[in-house]
Amino acid sequence: MTIFPERLQALHARTPERVAVVLQFSGLDDVPVTYNRLLRGANSYARTLEREGIGPGDVVVLILQHGEDLVYSFWGAVLHGAVPSIMPFLTEKLSPERYRADLSALISVTKPAAIITYSEFEAEVRTALREGDSVRSVIIADRIEASSDLNVASLKGFQRRPEDIVLLQHSSGTTGLQKGVALSHQAVFNQLNAYGRTLSLSQEDVIVSWLPLYHDMGLIAGFLMPILTGIPLVLMSPFDWVRAPYRLMQSVSKYRGTLAWLPNFAYNFCTQKIRDRHLEGVDLSSWRAIINCSEPVRWESHIAFYNRFRHHGLKSEVLQTSYAMAENVFAVTQSRLGSAPVVEEIDREALMSERVARSPLEGRPSMKMMSSGRPLDNVRLRVIDEIGEDVPERVIGEVAIQSDCLLMGYYNRPDLTEKSFRDGWYLTGDYGYIHAGEVFVSGRKKDMIIVGGKNVYPQDLEALTYEVAGVHSGRSVAFGLFDEVQGTEEVVMIAEVDSEDPAEHQRIADAIRQHVTRNSAIALRYVKVVGPRWIVKTSSGKTARSANKEKFLRELENMGIEEK
Amino acid sequence: MSDIMPQLSTFIRTSILKQPNRAIEPGEPLISSGLIDSFSLMDLALFVEDTFGVRIEDTELNADTFDNLTQLASLIESRK
Repeated sequence: MTIFPERLQALHARTPERVAVVLQFSGLDDVPVTYNRLLRGANSYARTLEREGIGPGDVVVLILQHGEDLVYSFWGAVLHGAVPSIMPFLTEKLSPERYRADLSALISVTKPAAIITYSEFEAEVRTALREGDSVRSVIIADRIEASSDLNVASLKGFQRRPEDIVLLQHSSGTTGLQKGVALSHQAVFNQLNAYGRTLSLSQEDVIVSWLPLYHDMGLIAGFLMPILTGIPLVLMSPFDWVRAPYRLMQSVSKYRGTLAWLPNFAYNFCTQKIRDRHLEGVDLSSWRAIINCSEPVRWESHIAFYNRFRHHGLKSEVLQTSYAMAENVFAVTQSRLGSAPVVEEIDREALMSERVARSPLEGRPSMKMMSSGRPLDNVRLRVIDEIGEDVPERVIGEVAIQSDCLLMGYYNRPDLTEKSFRDGWYLTGDYGYIHAGEVFVSGRKKDMIIVGGKNVYPQDLEALTYEVAGVHSGRSVAFGLFDEVQGTEEVVMIAEVDSEDPAEHQRIADAIRQHVTRNSAIALRYVKVVGPRWIVKTSSGKTARSANKEKFLRELENMGIEEK
Repeated sequence: MSDIMPQLSTFIRTSILKQPNRAIEPGEPLISSGLIDSFSLMDLALFVEDTFGVRIEDTELNADTFDNLTQLASLIESRK
């Protein structure tokens, strides 16, 4: 039994000059951060929180970009015993008004005592604050003074207990920000121990990541796991990676990276968008596992990625899969390292209409399902039907799990927490099946759309369209559509208006596209404006997303792609 | 320059926006407006390189370098 501060201190005591994190910045030299530098940086933040009257157990929201301040403030909050939660930073395309609304949504439920941000963003943050709300202090990262008191053992974080909350994780959007996953020190260590055994983690490993830290995959696999287990981490900004995906390959080559985690779309993105000239001298032979998780895993994406990079030393057995979620800290399952994940060919129609995954009969349309591996040794996993009974092998049902690393609850949301459990099992909201011990994830019960590894609630996007002139409340529908080329879902938005005039439809479609992108940071791939009574409603008057998706696809087929 | 803009416009309308019939004004903001997201920006850079033989570096992929068709076309022209 241990806690984060003790582990960090132990690693520091053993190897103070060992590099914990190499921070990479586009166009600048890499910044190696040793455990000593990390502890000193974090100590200064912890002392500041203390001075500001923030107490252990208080939530501290971090609104910072990739860099040393984000790393130090996170660990500073932990050393002080406060509960850090990282919020995505405002991007250039997101409107400040919406960002403010999202921040207010976060504050109203999570009730943070402090927010840490940059001086140039302070005014923005303050506009989201209200008289009498929970925020007692806005701490400015660039004004943090280095503390001369290096006796970290006196910090309050050392008095936390393993069962106390150590951090909160949110997903994005107004809905996601009101739902913080609360994790204990113990849960995180239980996950790291179990996952570490599965991966055979060793001191020889080097993790290379571009994943954002406000997301579970980035926060756990690409930040906490390496730092808490003494494995070097090479960390770059997601903004740099998306403009130059080759940086991942160059960093793996330069630092002899052994492990990386990627959402499925990144396989397609790297395959299609890296030029040969950026791969000159790149050697990927050090990679022992690249783990695909956080959106549906696709065999086709693995094959394309392998073919693109095999001449640069990439070995095919390196491509692995995992099924993970913030509610279980991170990984639930993991494919067995050293061989390719299990892939099976199943009958497409049987999966859709009978909800069973069986071998296709001769000549019937089939599809490839790639396994997400087997449950970690601390996880019990069942696939259940609507009344909570186990379904037979190969039959689709909802995935339910038990483990010693589950969330303590959704922070300040006992209602949501209660709804997520049934008889002591956490209901994941994902559909899948089991075959020969392998877990195959096939879809989602929830309406959530996963775009490039990012969870998006369709109701958030629909609500935005109602702010566009001409669109009435309750008369638009958003859903995800899988795109083979991108390897991820793309967002379709359909909005019903009074007019039947095509020119007017075009004008409103433009306005919707612009408004939604500016206010959600999600790009809509298809915007379709339709006349009255197009949208299918259920008997209760609610929008039926799946029925509308089917109708949209039928029209798309009939009309060709011209009218998309 | 006269033939650069229509090619850029066609690519953006069909491949990025998937609205082939949509008009794009020469001065219409593309990046700051959110019309082109960061993933598609990369596609645009690759298209420019393949079509016009002009490189746009990743550090230049932001609204400061170009934000509309006119600016992008003159950037391409200046590097040809």
